Amino acid sequence: MLSSFLQFLISGVTVGAIYALCGLGFSIIFNASHVINFAQGEFIMIGAMSAVWLADAGVPLPLAVILAILVTMAVGVLLEKLAVEPARKASVTTLIIITIGASIFLRGLAQEVWDKNFHKLESFSGETPINLLGAVLMPQTIWVLGTAVIVILLLAWFFNRTLEGKAMLATSFNPLAAQLMGINTKRVLLISFGLSAGLGAVGGIVITPITFTAYDNGIMLGLKGFSAAVLGGLGNGAGAVAGGLIVGIAEAMAAGYLSSAYKDAVAFIIILAVLVFMPNGLFGRKGTERV
Amino acid sequence: MASTSRWAGLGALAVFLAVLPQVLPNNYYVDVAVLAGFNAIVCVGLNLLIGYAGQISLGHAGFFGLGAYSSAILVTHYGWPPLAALLAGALLVGLLAFAIARPILKLKGHYLAMATLGIGIIISIIINTEAQITGGPDGIAAGNFTLGGFELKGERAWYWVIAVLLLVTVWLATNLVDSPVGRALRALHGSEVGAEVVGVDTTRYKVLVFVVSAVIASIAGSLFAHYTSQLTPTKADFFKSIELVTMVVFGGMASTFGALVGAAFLTMLPQVLTVFEDYEPIILGGIMMGTMIFMPRGLVPTISAFLTRRRS
Repeated sequence: MLSSFLQFLISGVTVGAIYALCGLGFSIIFNASHVINFAQGEFIMIGAMSAVWLADAGVPLPLAVILAILVTMAVGVLLEKLAVEPARKASVTTLIIITIGASIFLRGLAQEVWDKNFHKLESFSGETPINLLGAVLMPQTIWVLGTAVIVILLLAWFFNRTLEGKAMLATSFNPLAAQLMGINTKRVLLISFGLSAGLGAVGGIVITPITFTAYDNGIMLGLKGFSAAVLGGLGNGAGAVAGGLIVGIAEAMAAGYLSSAYKDAVAFIIILAVLVFMPNGLFGRKGTERV
Repeated sequence: MASTSRWAGLGALAVFLAVLPQVLPNNYYVDVAVLAGFNAIVCVGLNLLIGYAGQISLGHAGFFGLGAYSSAILVTHYGWPPLAALLAGALLVGLLAFAIARPILKLKGHYLAMATLGIGIIISIIINTEAQITGGPDGIAAGNFTLGGFELKGERAWYWVIAVLLLVTVWLATNLVDSPVGRALRALHGSEVGAEVVGVDTTRYKVLVFVVSAVIASIAGSLFAHYTSQLTPTKADFFKSIELVTMVVFGGMASTFGALVGAAFLTMLPQVLTVFEDYEPIILGGIMMGTMIFMPRGLVPTISAFLTRRRS
């Protein structure tokens, strides 16, 4: 009884950590530009697929991982430079369509560059399960959680302690004022896309030894990440992390105790319930509109 | 907009729809035209919401699918007459849209996008999972549409039905846009707070448009269930919702004829792109990005602005 609960909790937290990283990616780009980047899920896929591809080509795993993250960040920066930047003045709906177009484009590209098959990355440190109060803990799970915690701490440090990070926060509060203070807001936008792409790639790579990856893997992960970000209040970093964990755990519990077929619906049922009763997400500030 | 230009537009559309089947070489093209017609009907409704009320819905395929599956299920499992099933579906979708509209339309921008996306995905998951009723991923056949002793069969017969329905939908939409409701909608698109200050009950109008566009999608879905030989859940999924929004934005938001052009163009595009086989998504994504970057207001408004500039 306890052991199965624990087992569901472990798998929920594991996948929740990935949703959290993805949700953070949404939030960072949203803060910098008010764009919802629907290609966020593709970053997860590109990171995972390129890591698999490099590792299969014989590149040592640590190097393959670093290269895969860099490739994904380059894709993110290119996306910003070529597709988002030229349309900066367009309406929010138009920008949403652009990022959706980008996600279809990237998925098509992945299917051409790689293939349509499922791929697995070998576990980072073996497959010997650890027994935890009757539940099974795979070493890769520890890698996922450890990586997520480190990345989130690094992000917190970046936003609160570095000039670059503070410039990004300032831009999210008031782009015009930030620009007047000499902050290069264009650069902030570029960094936000690179950073979000990197976050997605990290998440995609560490989870691949557990869940496999394929060219169309990014869609659901991206939508769940978006749910996580909205659940925690769009643009709120800590909220995105909490949102990701809530979605992941609720999903794992639903799959374990109710029905695995409706697992994917759980995130969206939660989000609807929360939005109806708390229109700004769990931790979002109440917005006021200037007329 | 003056009512004369509205009638001129409707007349031009009627003439175009009447001539089109004469120049289409075979039934394959008629089939594509009918599919474009179905999309156009949904898009004209959706455009009321996106273009005029400024609210994005990423779940409209859910309403289309709910209408389609209501028809298919009531007709095949319960032996209902198709018209009764269509009306039941429309009523169900109308009630559902009304029930969710009030809390959801209080939300702004991205939160609304998320909520409609969630509803669409939930509907699609239910359709995929409840296989004993819906046929699951394999789909379900609703059979031909019959009314009295008359049976609707063949691409050409369907073409005329859809053409008339499209004209009625466009007439309704343009009427709504030019009515006090339309003015209220444009006011709330411009500034919601501003509209409220001058006494527009913004939530009421948003709910109204949301329900109208959902019911239009449902009716189109019901008819589509009878048109297609096998109704599959892909017609209700997230990608279909995205496709519908893209059609509206591509053609031009706040332009009823833009929605028609967008629906026609993006229905034909995949047919043309099949020659590229696996490269299709790359080209489709590229076209979506390119159009939106260079014509952020959409095809029809950009071209008409260009033409007026040339003329003056």
